[in-house]
Amino acid sequence: MGAWHNVVIIGGGGAGLRAAIAVAEANPKLTVAIVSKVYPMRSHTVSAEGGAAAVAGDDDSMDEHAYDTVSGSDWLCDQDAVEAFVVEARKEMLRLEHWGCPWSREQDGRIAVRAFGGMKKKRTWFAADKTGFHLLHTLFQTALSYTDIVRYDEWFVTKLLVHDGRVRGVVAVELATGRVETIVADAVIVCTGGCGRVFPFTTNANIKTGDGMAVAYQAGAPLKDMEFVQYHPTGLPFTGILITEAARAEGGRLLNKDGYRYLQDYDLGQPTDAPVLRSMELGPRDRLSQAFVHEMAKGRTAETEAGHVVHLDLRHLGEKLIDERLPFVRELCASYQNIDPVHELVPVRPVIHYMMGGIHTDINGATPMTGLYAAGEVACVSINGANRLGSNSLPELLVFGARAGRAVAEFVATVPGAATAPVLAQGRDEEHRLERELSERQRSDGERIADIRTEMQETMEAGAGIYRDEASLTKALDKLSELKTRFAHASMDDASRTFNTELIAMLELSGMLDVASCIVASGLRREESRGAHQRTDFPDRNDEKYLAHSVISRKPDGEWRVEYLPVTITRWPPGERVYGR
Amino acid sequence: MPETITIEVWRYRPEQDSEPAWDSYEVPLRKEWAVLDGLNHIKDQLDGTLSYRWSCRMGICGSCGMTVNGEPKLSCSTFLTDYAPGPVRVEPMRNFPVIRDLVVEMGDFMAKLPTVKPWLVSGDDEPDEDAEYLQTPVEMDDYKRYSMCINCMLCYSACPVYALDPEFIGPAAIALAQRYNLDSRDAGAEDRRDVLASAEGVWACTFVGECSVACPKDVDPAGAIQRYKLTAATKAVKDLLLPRGAR
Ligand SMILES: Cc1cc2nc3c(=O)[nH]c(=O)nc-3n(C[C@H](O)[C@H](O)[C@H](O)COP(=O)(O)OP(=O)(O)OC[C@H]3O[C@@H](n4cnc5c(N)ncnc54)[C@H](O)[C@@H]3O)c2cc1C
Ligand code: SF4
Ligand code: FES
Repeated sequence: MGAWHNVVIIGGGGAGLRAAIAVAEANPKLTVAIVSKVYPMRSHTVSAEGGAAAVAGDDDSMDEHAYDTVSGSDWLCDQDAVEAFVVEARKEMLRLEHWGCPWSREQDGRIAVRAFGGMKKKRTWFAADKTGFHLLHTLFQTALSYTDIVRYDEWFVTKLLVHDGRVRGVVAVELATGRVETIVADAVIVCTGGCGRVFPFTTNANIKTGDGMAVAYQAGAPLKDMEFVQYHPTGLPFTGILITEAARAEGGRLLNKDGYRYLQDYDLGQPTDAPVLRSMELGPRDRLSQAFVHEMAKGRTAETEAGHVVHLDLRHLGEKLIDERLPFVRELCASYQNIDPVHELVPVRPVIHYMMGGIHTDINGATPMTGLYAAGEVACVSINGANRLGSNSLPELLVFGARAGRAVAEFVATVPGAATAPVLAQGRDEEHRLERELSERQRSDGERIADIRTEMQETMEAGAGIYRDEASLTKALDKLSELKTRFAHASMDDASRTFNTELIAMLELSGMLDVASCIVASGLRREESRGAHQRTDFPDRNDEKYLAHSVISRKPDGEWRVEYLPVTITRWPPGERVYGR
Repeated sequence: MPETITIEVWRYRPEQDSEPAWDSYEVPLRKEWAVLDGLNHIKDQLDGTLSYRWSCRMGICGSCGMTVNGEPKLSCSTFLTDYAPGPVRVEPMRNFPVIRDLVVEMGDFMAKLPTVKPWLVSGDDEPDEDAEYLQTPVEMDDYKRYSMCINCMLCYSACPVYALDPEFIGPAAIALAQRYNLDSRDAGAEDRRDVLASAEGVWACTFVGECSVACPKDVDPAGAIQRYKLTAATKAVKDLLLPRGAR
């Protein structure tokens, strides 16, 4: 027997919790379950530092937030989605305020906002530099007050159940016991976050392995714009820990090894003492990360044990401001780099940070598969296009988490009943498969899971990094297919059912190999440079051919197919991205 | 600096071990490596059966609490070089049932947390949905510290009261209740009172203060508890002295 709920949400991060509350509010009669591989408050949303964007001041407008987002995306976003997003972002942030989120304040008690990269106005709400932490705990604690939301904490979803073209539930493993359960549902919302861990050097937590993208892709749902992976320009070397863009918004400067503010050489404006919006250090992330690569090629970056770095200079901001607005930055630098940014330069380098692409959804989180919805970083609506602006992701997961929740509540009310026997049978098949994995991988001659994972990550960095070309992408694709073959014979040391984290790592790797292939295959097909996808063999943007979303899906024979869908343009025809001018 | 360090890990696999035992592993000693990096090295290269929780490796998700050389620590923010030349002894957090190896059962906390209603209870002064509550930075300072809790459980692991009385709702849950009680936007203090002022609430605490020493985020749960005792005591005195309507 399996469990049953009207709605199953995979993931208890910002998007999943917001969706759950939205379902509960829209129709309290529905039963909602959140299935999450970690306790919800451990989800990766907890790590977000800098802030969340929504129009706040009288000097700002919805149109300006929309325009910054559209130009930031290199025109690849859907403008109808962006227009809805900017309006609802503000509502969601206020909602969160009413739920208790400790947003930083002005002296008079109003919400404070800070500057952020690529944004022409100050509109980034923040809770010091632990915004994601406060946002997630506020959502989690608020969700506790909805006693009808059921939680499966530390359950790992391995498969979506599909019958008659409809998604009907999931199969999940309870970590503590190893028990495999079929959880039947009228609809499933995937809120599993991003996939930074397919790369070696990332700000992303260990859990960000793209599982949701993988299970959706395997079930036949298309993934959109997968070639667009964001590098953040400022990660700590060795650990990849993020130094938030807020550090630059507060006035931090990027210096090359000679102490020179090198961004001025890359069409990002001229250096000034006070930070200027949409200029220099406050340019968009894709352009800043690309500038680093050029600076390195010119031999003007500093070499360290952990690779080439530039320096982030915060010293002139002073201790008081740093402690008030960037306390976490100071804490992280002290713990992980053993330096004090009040007195010392912070070494930084670009680091994999965010996935613009994801499960293809419409503006309400619906995928082309009946009964399947997605929201948050795992989804691609798309408001982010070819490059996400910093601080747009947290509001995105609130806005589209809520939208998906409401849409699902409506869908579930109309959906006809269906037999559960065929889905339960699928669940048993999956259970048997997992049992086979556990027993058959206990062999002494196979490769280690971790070794294959490392090779995959290195392959991705070499083949699909900040700059790519046909040769690098083709090589990466070949390598990934070799790794898939080798993975089939990889072994595990651990045969037990109780909290078997090696089994989880194996299942994650299996999905990551698919997700990585989708990134590379989509990148190979897009013969232009746009936003975060830079092809040295096709250095220009080509609107005639590629002002379109790539959509990759799995064919029944296991091969993939890449197609293109039109981009929705409402009010802002494609133009040049201008920063610092 | 020596090139390697020995990590001694407390192992327990309920399906095969009748009782816990120590396993010892030699890992590279690198100056950037946290204890967690050492464990990851073991897991990836030496012994895939070792189980523990971790995720963010930046001290914010609260997953990786362990006992390191006898002290409750976040293993991602505790560095191997601080224990050189070693060995480093890693055990699960104390005061919790162990599921396996370094993984403890924290269902008890998850069940207690909702009983203190750690969410904002709005009162009559809730602004319209298109406006925010006003809250000055000074008002925020009142509760901010208690809002920093990452639910890492190190304080429970350190708490001698919780060790003896598992019914005690414990330091973090009380700190989180106070986080809302002291928030100028909240009107729920009355709703939280029965649980907080009960025998398993603040009065169970004998003010040992170990929780605040263990806390990696400077939440000061001991302070939260003391402060509530004062509130509760004042309230109790008022209840005794004043007629109902005037309380
Ligand atoms: C260091 C860092 C800083 C950031 N700072 C900012 C910022 O300042 N502003 C901003 O706007 N954005 C920021 N971002 C981006 C933003 O934090 C993320 O995009 C966002 O939090 C993702 O939220 P989510 O709800 O989609 O997913 P997550 O919070 O990642 O949650 C995913 C959930 O899915 C669950 N899950 C995953 N796989 C499975 C499975 N197989 N089975 C069951 N459950 C599963 C997990 O347990 C988890 O609960 C930052 C990102 C990073 C890495
Ligand atoms: S109060 Fe401190 S030690 Fe206790 S759970 Fe919270 S962060 Fe951890
Ligand atoms: S791994 Fe997240 S707190 Fe240590």
